[in-house]
Amino acid sequence: MNAETVNTPKVTVRDLNFFYGNYRALKDINLDIAEKMVTAFIGPSGCGKSTLLRTFNRMYQLYPKQKATGQIMLDGSNVLDPKQDLNMLRAKVGMVFQKPTPFPMSIYDNIAFGVKLYENLSRNEMDDRVEWALKKAALWGEVSDKLKQSGTSLSGGQQQRLCIARAIAVKPQVLLLDEPTSALDPISTAHIEKLIDELKKDFTIVIVTHNMQQAARISDFTAYMYLGDLIEFGDTSTVFTNPKRKETEDYITGRFG
Amino acid sequence: MLTLYTRRRIINVTGLLVSMLAMAFGLFWLCWILFTLLSHGLTALTPAVFSQMTPPPGSAGGLLNAIAGTLMMSLLGTLIGTPIGILAGTYLAEFGQRGWLAPVTRFINDILLSAPSIVIGLFVYEVYVIRVGHFSGWAGALALAIIVIPIVIRTTENMLRLIPNTLREAASALGAPQWKIVSFVTLRAARAGIITGVMLAIARISGETAPLLFTALNNQFWSADMNSPLANLPVVIFQFAMSPYEDWQHLAWAGALLITISVLTLNILARILFRQSATTH
Repeated sequence: MNAETVNTPKVTVRDLNFFYGNYRALKDINLDIAEKMVTAFIGPSGCGKSTLLRTFNRMYQLYPKQKATGQIMLDGSNVLDPKQDLNMLRAKVGMVFQKPTPFPMSIYDNIAFGVKLYENLSRNEMDDRVEWALKKAALWGEVSDKLKQSGTSLSGGQQQRLCIARAIAVKPQVLLLDEPTSALDPISTAHIEKLIDELKKDFTIVIVTHNMQQAARISDFTAYMYLGDLIEFGDTSTVFTNPKRKETEDYITGRFG
Repeated sequence: MLTLYTRRRIINVTGLLVSMLAMAFGLFWLCWILFTLLSHGLTALTPAVFSQMTPPPGSAGGLLNAIAGTLMMSLLGTLIGTPIGILAGTYLAEFGQRGWLAPVTRFINDILLSAPSIVIGLFVYEVYVIRVGHFSGWAGALALAIIVIPIVIRTTENMLRLIPNTLREAASALGAPQWKIVSFVTLRAARAGIITGVMLAIARISGETAPLLFTALNNQFWSADMNSPLANLPVVIFQFAMSPYEDWQHLAWAGALLITISVLTLNILARILFRQSATTH
């Protein structure tokens, strides 16, 4: 049940428990996230995979009744420590959501918004950063001549890549993707999957997905979760071709879930 | 014994019929009101209405001073009430999740929202007009502002609540502090809805009579002095329509038509604006 030995863990999760009020949604999770690799969380709805993802940047903190206990070590400091500066944590750990969430402002400002929170860039430097982020997100070609247009005017797939560009413009180390393609058509999904493969050269990526083929295609490591437990975790080819646990096999072969 | 399907169809047809009748009933009165207003008001709506002052009985005149007074007080009432309303509504929607202050404020605001406007007029009369010793445009604007505030609070809160939480989460995930999330993301996303609310509030106050009777009263002559009694359309309509003089009654119809047209225009503008924003999100 514990992680396979991975060369350099970027994030180590130890004895993590999560509560919605009194309901225990994550049970003693232990897991290592490898640096500059793609780790996928799979499992049926309600298994806690999104909850787990949302502990990495303490997204749950927005809601008064939610709390996490245990340890999530990132660069030697515990993310869950109340003394942890939330804004600095989120500069290091970016996130992209299921539904595209462009801000009601221009494409350019969507990207500059996050950067401005941490850096004081000159106009030229900011232009370069916006271009860099849009190129990284494979969106530059489609929007380079309409940066002043509203971000909401883009198509769903473009909006999602805009959100990815916005997240990486801050230059985080870890990128959390919460079902980033489940609201998109197959072509946009293919775009984003290709992009994830590119991005892992620079970022440690954790992705939650409902789509097992997607996990198999793009991830290096896979965690299978069920009812708040981490059932199996290992490198993706092993989990999919030779799972150790019966439950995992049932799920990935479609007999369950 | 009817089959289930036939019974369902009968219920469906009956329901449809009853709703259509109800709609026709409502529309009938509305159309009658508009028709009466147009038939009386259009003939009275001469250029003099916009260029001359309210006349003494028996002589020709217009409504210029009343139009100007209404515009001044509505504008000022909106300028005072809108920022307070937007700030309070933002607090309720974005910051008031914990604690007792927000629920209490929301409850009191709902009471204020449905308070009869005459009570608001009396209130301003008691706390302002009596202390100053005379009726004034300021007092009128203040009464109108008190009507604007709860409307704007309510619409601002409702519009902000329509903004999906994912947008807040997205901004928060970038590490933005809450004041930035609110002022650059959620308020912007709700902008069209909030402006709609403000326009509806303006539409509401531009026809209010009761609060002005106790505060701005009326003024037969041209005046742009906010510190003295100020003419305004609703009170002039009230006075002129109840009078026995025919010229005055005509002017009252013209004034009523003017208010109706401007309220209708504001409502239509608000709807168009809101629909546009709904399609871009």
